[in-house]
Amino acid sequence: MIPNLTLTVNGDRHEVHLDDARPTLLDVLRERLGLTGTKKGCDRGQCGACTVLVDGRRVNSCLTLAISVDGAEVTTIEGLARGGTLHPVQAAFVENDAFQCGFCTPGQIMSAVGLIAEGEAGDDAERIREGMSGNLCRCAAYPGITEAVRDARQRLAQNERESV
Amino acid sequence: MNLFDYVRPASVAEAVAAASAPGAAYLAGGTNLLDLMKAGTHRPARLVDITRLPGLDAIEVLPDGAIRIGALVTNADLARDPAFVAAAPAVAEALLSGASPQLRNAATVGGNVMQRTRCAYFYDPDSACNRREPGAGCDAHGGDTRGQAVLGWSEACIATHPSDFCVPLVALDAVVEIAGADGAREVALEAFHNLPGDDPANETVLRPGELITAIRLPAEAARFKAHARYLKLRERTSYAFALVSAAASLAIEDGAIVEARLALGAVAAKPWRARAAEPHLVGVSVTAAGFEEVARRAAEAALQEARPSGDNARKIELAMRVATRALVLAAAGSPARMPALPGSVFAPVPTLTAAGDVHG
Repeated sequence: MIPNLTLTVNGDRHEVHLDDARPTLLDVLRERLGLTGTKKGCDRGQCGACTVLVDGRRVNSCLTLAISVDGAEVTTIEGLARGGTLHPVQAAFVENDAFQCGFCTPGQIMSAVGLIAEGEAGDDAERIREGMSGNLCRCAAYPGITEAVRDARQRLAQNERESV
Repeated sequence: MNLFDYVRPASVAEAVAAASAPGAAYLAGGTNLLDLMKAGTHRPARLVDITRLPGLDAIEVLPDGAIRIGALVTNADLARDPAFVAAAPAVAEALLSGASPQLRNAATVGGNVMQRTRCAYFYDPDSACNRREPGAGCDAHGGDTRGQAVLGWSEACIATHPSDFCVPLVALDAVVEIAGADGAREVALEAFHNLPGDDPANETVLRPGELITAIRLPAEAARFKAHARYLKLRERTSYAFALVSAAASLAIEDGAIVEARLALGAVAAKPWRARAAEPHLVGVSVTAAGFEEVARRAAEAALQEARPSGDNARKIELAMRVATRALVLAAAGSPARMPALPGSVFAPVPTLTAAGDVHG
C-alpha cells in the first residue's frame, strides 16, 4: 500500500495518488502535474535535462523515486519567473545566446540556479564549467552557458545589494 | 522497472528487519539503484527507504579524534564541510572528482561504498555475467576490456569497483560501521569488498539485512592532511568514471617522509590499497632531486602483480604514471583551495623546491 504523495511544487501543494512506488519525480511532474518544462532526456542521470531543485538543492529528477521525496518542496523551471518578469538566470540565458534548440535549457537553468546558490564557482569560468558538468548540451552552446551563469550571478548579487 | 514493495522504516532495527527478506534492497540517494532498476540489471522485490532514518546524517569528531561520517551524509555535504575538508583533503577531492553536482547532492556515503561495478556486461541484461547471474559466464572476457581490472581479477569476473571516494578512504584505514540483526559490528574498508574469485556475485562482507550506518576515519588520518592528493584519469575532462586513479597521502617531518599511504582506483573489484609501494617512500626526502624517480619505483611496486585481463595492458602503465604523479602532487602539499577541476590530470604539476618550500 503506497501512501498518497504530497509535494509542494513552485509553492503549490499537490496530493498525488500513486498506484505503485515506481514513478520518478520526473514522471510525476510531467505526467501527473502537467509540468512539462522539466525534460526527459536520457532518463538515466547522465544528461541533466531533468534537473529540478528539491528542498533547494539541484538533483536529477529522473533518478529520484517520487515517494522517497514525499513532503518535499520542489522548484521547476515553471516556478522561476515572477508574473511576466523572467528570473535573472532566465534573462541571462536569453541575452547571452546560451541555447540553440532549447531542449536542455530548463535543466541548464535549474542547475545554474543551484550552482549560484551553492556559491562556490564565483566568476571563474573553469569552476562554472565544472559546476555545470552535469548538464549536457548537444547543440554545444557551452560558451554562452558559461557567460550566462557568470552574468546571472552578477545580476543576483546586484539585486541582493539593492534589496539590503 | 519491475514492481516492488516499498517500505519506510522508522528505526535502524526496523530497517534491518525489513531488509532481511530475500530480494530486498536499501534505497538512499538512489543514483545507482534507480539506474540499475531502469536497465533491468537489478530487480529488487522490496525497497527499504532509509532516507528518513534518524541519526545517520551527521559528521562527528569523536573524543579520540576519529571522524565518523553518517551513512546518509551526501557526497556534496561531506565535500563542503570545512572541518572535514581540512582534515581529509584528498577524500574531499575524490568526492568532487566524481559524478556531477546533481548526483553528488543525492548520493550518500553508504551508497557510494555499496555502488555496483560499471562493467557494461554487468549492466546489460542480455550479456552473460557471473556477477549478476552466478554461473552464467562472463562476456567481458574477450570483449571490450579497456576499463576492466588489472589486479585481483579471476576467470569468473574482470570488473572494477568504480568509486573515487573509497580510494583515499582505504589509504587512510577507514572503517565501515554496520548494523545487523545480531547487533553492530565493524569491518576495515580494505576488507569490506570481496575480490571476485569463483563467486563474483558475493560482492561484500555484508550479511542479509545488514546496513552500513557510518564510515569512520581513524584519528591517525589527520597526520596526512598537509600532503594528500587524489588524481583521476578519465576519458573526458569531467563527469566520467576513472580509467585509473590514485590517492597518495604522506606524513612528512623535517622534509622527509615518515609514513606513506597509496591506493589505486578502477584497477580491481575493490579499492586497492597498494601496501607494497609504501615502504619505498619512507625516509625519502621530498625536496631532493630525484623524488619523482623514487615515486615511480613505488608505483612500479604497487603494480608488480598486475596483469592484463584482456586488451588492457596499457592500464598498468597508466596506473603507474597516475600513482607517480599523485605522489609528486602529495609531496608538494595539499592545495590551499580545492582545484577548479578536482583530481584532474590537466592541472599543472608543481615543482618541488628547497626545504620548507614544498607548497610551490
